[in-house]
Amino acid sequence: MKRGLDGPAPEERPTPAGRRNKQGIRIDPEVEATHQPRRTVISALVEHEPGVLSDVSGLFSRRQFNIESLTVGPTDDAELARITLVVEETDPGIDQVKKQLRKLVPVISVRELAPDAMRRELALIKVDAERPDQVAAVADMYGATTVDSSPETATFEVTGARQKIDAAIDTFSQFGIREISRTGMTALARGTDETTGPSPADASVSAADEANQYTETADDD
Amino acid sequence: MSERAASVTPTEADEQDDDQEQITDSAAPDAAADTGPAETTDSESAPVTTGAEAVIRALENAGVEYAFGVQGGAIMPVYDALYDSEIYHVTMAHEQGAAHAADAYGIVSGEPGICLATSGPGATNLVTGIADADMDSDPMVALTGQVPTEFVGNDAFQETDTTGVTTPVTKDNTFASDSDRVGTDVSEAFALAREGRPGPTLVDLPKDITNGETDAEPDAPTTPDTYQVQERADPEIVAEAAERIENSARPALLLGGGVIKGEASEVCREFAIEHEIPVVTTMPGLGAFPEDHELSMEMAGMHGTGYANMAITHCDTLIAVGTRFDDRLTGGIETFAPDAEVIHVDIDPAEISKNIHADYPLVGDADTAVSQLAEAVDSSPEATKWRAQCQQWKSDYSMAYDAPDDAPVQPEFVVEALDEATSDEAIVTTGVGQHQMWACQYWTFTEPRTWVSSHGLGAMGYGLPSAIGARLAADDDQEVICVDGDGSFLMTLQGLSVAVREELDITVAVLNNEYIGMVRQWQDAFFEGRHAASDYGWMPEFDKLAEAFGAQGFRIDDYDEVADTIEAAVDYDGPSVIDVHIDPEANVYPMVPSGGDNGQFALTEDQL
Repeated sequence: MKRGLDGPAPEERPTPAGRRNKQGIRIDPEVEATHQPRRTVISALVEHEPGVLSDVSGLFSRRQFNIESLTVGPTDDAELARITLVVEETDPGIDQVKKQLRKLVPVISVRELAPDAMRRELALIKVDAERPDQVAAVADMYGATTVDSSPETATFEVTGARQKIDAAIDTFSQFGIREISRTGMTALARGTDETTGPSPADASVSAADEANQYTETADDD
Repeated sequence: MSERAASVTPTEADEQDDDQEQITDSAAPDAAADTGPAETTDSESAPVTTGAEAVIRALENAGVEYAFGVQGGAIMPVYDALYDSEIYHVTMAHEQGAAHAADAYGIVSGEPGICLATSGPGATNLVTGIADADMDSDPMVALTGQVPTEFVGNDAFQETDTTGVTTPVTKDNTFASDSDRVGTDVSEAFALAREGRPGPTLVDLPKDITNGETDAEPDAPTTPDTYQVQERADPEIVAEAAERIENSARPALLLGGGVIKGEASEVCREFAIEHEIPVVTTMPGLGAFPEDHELSMEMAGMHGTGYANMAITHCDTLIAVGTRFDDRLTGGIETFAPDAEVIHVDIDPAEISKNIHADYPLVGDADTAVSQLAEAVDSSPEATKWRAQCQQWKSDYSMAYDAPDDAPVQPEFVVEALDEATSDEAIVTTGVGQHQMWACQYWTFTEPRTWVSSHGLGAMGYGLPSAIGARLAADDDQEVICVDGDGSFLMTLQGLSVAVREELDITVAVLNNEYIGMVRQWQDAFFEGRHAASDYGWMPEFDKLAEAFGAQGFRIDDYDEVADTIEAAVDYDGPSVIDVHIDPEANVYPMVPSGGDNGQFALTEDQL
């Protein structure tokens, strides 16, 4: 007996002219067809309760979002905590990060920070102290404070933007770095702009608009 | 290997024990129909005294009628409180079945299904069912026992980090940590399971919390303040979308499971019929639009009809409602509806432009948003040619199959015979595999909430336990038919003991090919016919197995037995099982291979 169904074979059928790209966007002169990944900072205000951090980190791993750092800490309200995430994704990817985060029930608000937001990171850098004068000069150059010293080691605290910390580590490396610990980035919006509120550009738009809205790329500081 | 007597004569089912509880009206009080705040001060109920009583009170306040579960050490206090409740508990044979039954109850009734299990293995056995509900956005509340708080983290007997295990597969979960609060935890879980995009929630209940004294009555089932749902779509985008529809030459409606969950079938039907727009459904969307209507193109996707896939591939405007554009629907993203501007209605903003870019994102409740759209569209699109083209495709790619008398029974014929023997309101449940696809393709669905299946997770074994849940949610005059596969049935057939004990009128038709048929089909197409671990070679005699359980057993080997046997099985008042020996080499077509072009679906194996 015959297996399968009757009908024109695939090669006999008409085919549409259009295509979509991997992001499901129609390739059309009017629609941007490709997206490059960019680094951005996302700040989430969450309920300060057990399990929130694992909810957030689990979300990133299971949805394969590229996360560079994640920091969490209390806020002025004892019941709330702020999570600051640095992610590197395409625009549609960043969009998904924001929407998936917002879906978690303990998450109160999610915002991608503007390019001019204040971004800071802290690093503890432990170096060999064989040349104390030169070490002190480098520390001075980066505004680092001495946290601990011993006959063999000196440990400095550096805060600042990521590039500054990278540069400090690079310079300290000439003395021999023993250990480093970095916090990951924390950030706040500038001036009266609220980190937890809607993005300035999104203030009057619905979730639908937000759904397809991308903000511009920014470098740290 | 085994000798099989071809028998279509039913034998008497075992007598029921007299002392078994039967489902009566008094055991199942009418649910509070409104979804508003429940009464928390029911004068007839005694005040709560323990956390466990607060848990049960929360369920009662929410109007829960049935719960599905399995007893065990850490959940015992909750069961003890349930003992005095009007909620009817169905003791399942396995926790996976409890979760699937609760899931199906949620699909058919629209209200969250409740499942209970103990800690450790009880909770982990629920996980498949919870994950299924999560993928399909089915409302469900899982309550799991947990070891006493002081033992948590010590690897105590039957301890599992249940909230940890279930976080990725629940809409939300909670570890109860306060007897005064535990009732409200359950109320909140119930509300979260139901509101917005539905989904499974879980409350983990340590034994000391449920045993703990409290007089705190649970709050009414409301969602936490942080949970926000947008009901109405942005009117500006609605207006733009409406204009697009009016000017469309090749419009198509794509109805997903969200149409059914959002009670939007009616408004979608009216909209499609008023503007004569051809309708395609996803698999979870089966029943959202009557498949016997001229405008119905039926189901699209991997094993969708050829005409549905042609319509979706060639449309210029795709009005997608309540769908997440799963890969089984879209095939390759690059070739999915490539000429179409997409209007996407979804209650979950995260579904907008997740897989397919939405040119007109309409975040909102399906019923509300489609009503807005219907109001905004002033004139029907001029699409006479397109409709004629769609009708032409319906005849070009007809689903007519070959079924010669001298060949083994074809599965499509059996599905059609089952459909024929039952009412339009009959509920169909399935396992996962070839039989599931034949059920999708050859059953003519006309009503919402009559199709119960494991879509996103694809969990074999779903069919029988979901038939149990569906039976209890269905009206008495709705038949419940489980179209199962031999492999799927074998995974959860212990549920027959439940169906018999509870005297549930369900009919299981096992399309038996002694293969994991879908895998065998793929092996033939893509693995040079090497049937690695897909050929069972031998299966138990399911009709006799059914009788050992106390159900009615039937068997079909030939075409001339099909109609009469199905009639006898459907008429039997209680659980019946038909072991249908189908053509083992039957395959499911059309087929779009994974990641393929929907418009290039194969009608035969050599086209793959």
